[in-house]
Amino acid sequence: MNFETTIGLEVHVELKTKSKMFSPSANEFGDTPNMNTNVIDWGYPGVLPSVNKGALEYGMRAALALNATIAKENHFDRKNYFYPDNPKAYQITQFEQPIGHDGWVEVELENGATKKIGIEELHLEEDAGKNTHRGQNSYVDLNRQGTPLIEIVSKPDMASPEEAYQYLETLRQVIQFSGVSDVKMEEGSLRVDANISIRPVGQKEYGTKTELKNINSFNYLRKGLEYEEKRQAQILLSGGTIRQETRGYNENTGETVLQRVKEGSDDYRYFPEPDIPPIHISDDWIAEVRRSIPEMPAARRQRYSKELGLSAADAAVLTQSLEMADFFEATVAAGADAKLAANWLQGEVSAYLNAEKLELAGTALTPTNLATMISLITDGTISSKIAKKVFKEIITKGTEPKQWVEAKGLVQLSDPAKLLPMITEILDNNQQSITDFKNGKDRAIGFLVGQIMKQTHGQANPKVVNQLLIQELKKR
Amino acid sequence: MNFFDNDLTTIHNQLVNHELTSYELTKQTIEALKATDQKIGAFLTLDEENALATAKAIDEKGIDATNLLAGIPIAIKDNIMTKNLRTTAASKILENFTPVYDATVMEKVHANDLVVIGKTNMDEFAMGGSTENSAFKVTKNPWDTTKVPGGSSGGSAAAVSAGMVPFALGSDTGGSIRQPASFTGVVGMKPTYGRISRWGLIAFGSSLDQIGPFSRSVKDNAALLNVLVGEDKRDGTSVGGHEADFTAKLDAGVKGLRIGLPKEYLGAGVQQEVKDAILAAAAKYRELGATVDEVSLPHSKYGVAAYYIISSSEASSNLQRFDGIRYGVRAQDAKNLDDVYVHSRTQGFGPEVKRRIMLGMYSLSAGYYDAYFKKAAQVRTLMRQDFANIFKDHDLILGPVAPTTAYGIGEDVTDPLTMYAGDVLSVPVNLAGLPGLSLPAGFANGLPIGMQLIGKSFDETTLYQAGYAFEQATDFHKQVPTLGGND
Amino acid sequence: MAISKEQVSHVANLARLSFNDEELSQFTDQMSKITNMFNQLQEVDTTDVEPMTHVVDLVNVVRDDVPAPADPEERTALLNNAPDTEDGYIKVPAIFNNGEDSAE
Ligand SMILES: [Mg+2]
Ligand SMILES: [Zn+2]
Repeated sequence: MNFETTIGLEVHVELKTKSKMFSPSANEFGDTPNMNTNVIDWGYPGVLPSVNKGALEYGMRAALALNATIAKENHFDRKNYFYPDNPKAYQITQFEQPIGHDGWVEVELENGATKKIGIEELHLEEDAGKNTHRGQNSYVDLNRQGTPLIEIVSKPDMASPEEAYQYLETLRQVIQFSGVSDVKMEEGSLRVDANISIRPVGQKEYGTKTELKNINSFNYLRKGLEYEEKRQAQILLSGGTIRQETRGYNENTGETVLQRVKEGSDDYRYFPEPDIPPIHISDDWIAEVRRSIPEMPAARRQRYSKELGLSAADAAVLTQSLEMADFFEATVAAGADAKLAANWLQGEVSAYLNAEKLELAGTALTPTNLATMISLITDGTISSKIAKKVFKEIITKGTEPKQWVEAKGLVQLSDPAKLLPMITEILDNNQQSITDFKNGKDRAIGFLVGQIMKQTHGQANPKVVNQLLIQELKKR
Repeated sequence: MNFFDNDLTTIHNQLVNHELTSYELTKQTIEALKATDQKIGAFLTLDEENALATAKAIDEKGIDATNLLAGIPIAIKDNIMTKNLRTTAASKILENFTPVYDATVMEKVHANDLVVIGKTNMDEFAMGGSTENSAFKVTKNPWDTTKVPGGSSGGSAAAVSAGMVPFALGSDTGGSIRQPASFTGVVGMKPTYGRISRWGLIAFGSSLDQIGPFSRSVKDNAALLNVLVGEDKRDGTSVGGHEADFTAKLDAGVKGLRIGLPKEYLGAGVQQEVKDAILAAAAKYRELGATVDEVSLPHSKYGVAAYYIISSSEASSNLQRFDGIRYGVRAQDAKNLDDVYVHSRTQGFGPEVKRRIMLGMYSLSAGYYDAYFKKAAQVRTLMRQDFANIFKDHDLILGPVAPTTAYGIGEDVTDPLTMYAGDVLSVPVNLAGLPGLSLPAGFANGLPIGMQLIGKSFDETTLYQAGYAFEQATDFHKQVPTLGGND
Repeated sequence: MAISKEQVSHVANLARLSFNDEELSQFTDQMSKITNMFNQLQEVDTTDVEPMTHVVDLVNVVRDDVPAPADPEERTALLNNAPDTEDGYIKVPAIFNNGEDSAE
């Protein structure tokens, strides 16, 4: 029996507003527990929510960036459940009418084809606090309570774990470029739950789905779904039935593990939030938010290819993160050659970031310094060997490269007037090499260049040295 | 010191003329109150020390001659958050709870140099109509201490009725200001929904709750409402832009006012003496130059059902936060997390609160939402339309507040349905978000009868105007209960 | 639509309330009577009637995205009011749940 797979993702994204969704306390997770909290975040008796306009607009922005239709008439609902990190024992969310619906993203598959994945809806809601567990107790920190979230529910359009992975990656890029979230899974600003079911090819109804929760990386999502695909197939092939359940992913074994069997649906007793009057979104408001959306990754890729002459592959790498793309553009704006800037960012810079586990913002590198360094290389001021030293200096200390190479005497020796006497001296002392050269042994050149480099402590411009050497050799 | 013969203006003049200081007034008020309250039980918490310190500070600053309220004592219902002053909502679950912030109305009370004397008893979380549902004490009706003072703001009503304070704040979700005002013979205003910020009012039915003033006279009531109203950024349902001096048009009279008398409000179940008093009030209004004719609120008979579904549903959600985790009482015997929730709530809530939570959870739960919550919200729309129809050609609606006068302590508490039925005349006003004024309109067997004036949204001015005209033409408000007045 | 004891028990569970058998019977009886009263509403024709969940015709009541500075004094007062705290956290008996957080 052949099966086909159906996957849908629910993605929670934290919006990087300055204040919380329904309370004016700062939207920051400080080290001090419960520091960024007030009576609203604690669910005190008598408190009321007040809607953050910035969060509404970020939600609209994300919806528009994902090609969704904005609902004109919005209201909030209460989702009721008891949990220590949920102070009011209800979450203010959008149940009846999400702010956005029927969006899509286009993902590129491994074979180079593209596929549109539908987005069912996006709704705004508040995040809960955070519980940590130690021994016989749990500890509640409400700093995160009230952080604005958008929940993005895909259509069940993904037919493989790879498609799910690509969808998530594209979603992450679009959200990040729209400027509403950092979408960092490791920091919890992007969280994903996946629904997966399989059915015999040709069957109309979907199979029973399982839900994969608390997945820590994009890779684990793919691996977990792959495991789940196989597990479900094995059950069906052996005549069993799939149980509707929530499963987790064990990173050590690579298996999914049962967390909770779902018995019927949970009863959240949703009803319209009486404390918040409805939100009506006009066409003008939508247009205004639309204008505020920064350039999306696809548009940037196109521009990099067309205007800056980059290859599609280069453009794709540079637009993987907003930070990289912005840095690249700033470097070009500061005068660097686009292709060289792209090479440096994908090569040395990325290698450094990976090795040090840093992000660009965590380094001392600035676009201006990178651009200056690149022009020092192109105009022959420094050698590519020296450039490595310069790079280390500017990325770790942020030193201005031009002044630094001059002060350190690292400027390349290109002046024939200074190089010629050295060349003459070396040739005088290496008669054998001259003979070898005359006999057609090109290796001799390499040896002689090496001698010059040695004498100049690597500062001689190899190109100039080469030219001068050949010119002098021919004279002998 | 009692406030039977001293209206606000009289006391204010004494304060301005230095015949009396706020400190003396406060001290005398508290002394008299202590004696009286032994018989009434209106207060849950007295704040003697702070009250005296506040009064002293106001004296030192000087009484503002332009502020009628400066230096005057006030009592606050115990579901209004008072910073650093115990606030219990008459519930065991908040038995020793001290708020860390002030309700918006408390900021206004302080800004206007009122002197807070203490917190008044109520039905637990404002659920009830007799104040018998308090976890701490039963408040008695000053006119007859075997009778209830009404509720849920029974403590505030009784405190004003017994002359202990000149006025008090209450809250009204389905009649909780107007009905106790009616039972104790004082003036109580439930303002238009949105008029007064709910920030700091412990939520019961969020789409219904409003804070409002109790007083001995219409004029004093209007003066207090003046300083409580206005938009508040912290309450998204509060409304600004309708502010007016509610005392300005008091003596404009009722000539030409068109008053509607809903036939449903004088139907079966309404005590004969109550009907008679309302008909007499209608006659008085005609005599004063208004027109009074019969109107109809066809959906009002569904008010009790719609009200109990909506208010209980909202309450079931609002009261989930009382879980023993962040504040309030955590059950001593809680061994695991589930115990913290279940034991704290089971031990902390009284039977009526539990009943409402259960009803609300049920009305919202899967499979019942459409038949109960949604249906009630639709009927609510129809009820508002009923009122809107009448207000097309009427300025006011006149009727009783409650079907009966105050009943005996312990009489109704055992049967919830009987108790709920008593709200039939008061809940439509909350469901439609309208202002309602309750004021004395007669007596039956020595117990006060209250009449209710219902106005258009944000038209408290006309309610006070009509209330004042009636008050000046009658002397019901001049009668005082014997119990509170014997010192 | 009479309510069964099982339904009442289910609702009590949702509400995190516990009742002994006698209370449960009493509640079942009372809730049946009260919900019977609620059923009066079924006789009202509400075809095409919008449910009313807000009584005032306000829309778009929003706040600008400006954060209030952290208030250490308020934090202390809030923690002081909590039944049990440790190192600035609210302390509760252990949550036995595979999921770490509850937001969904
Ligand atoms: Mg979800
Ligand atoms: Zn969610």
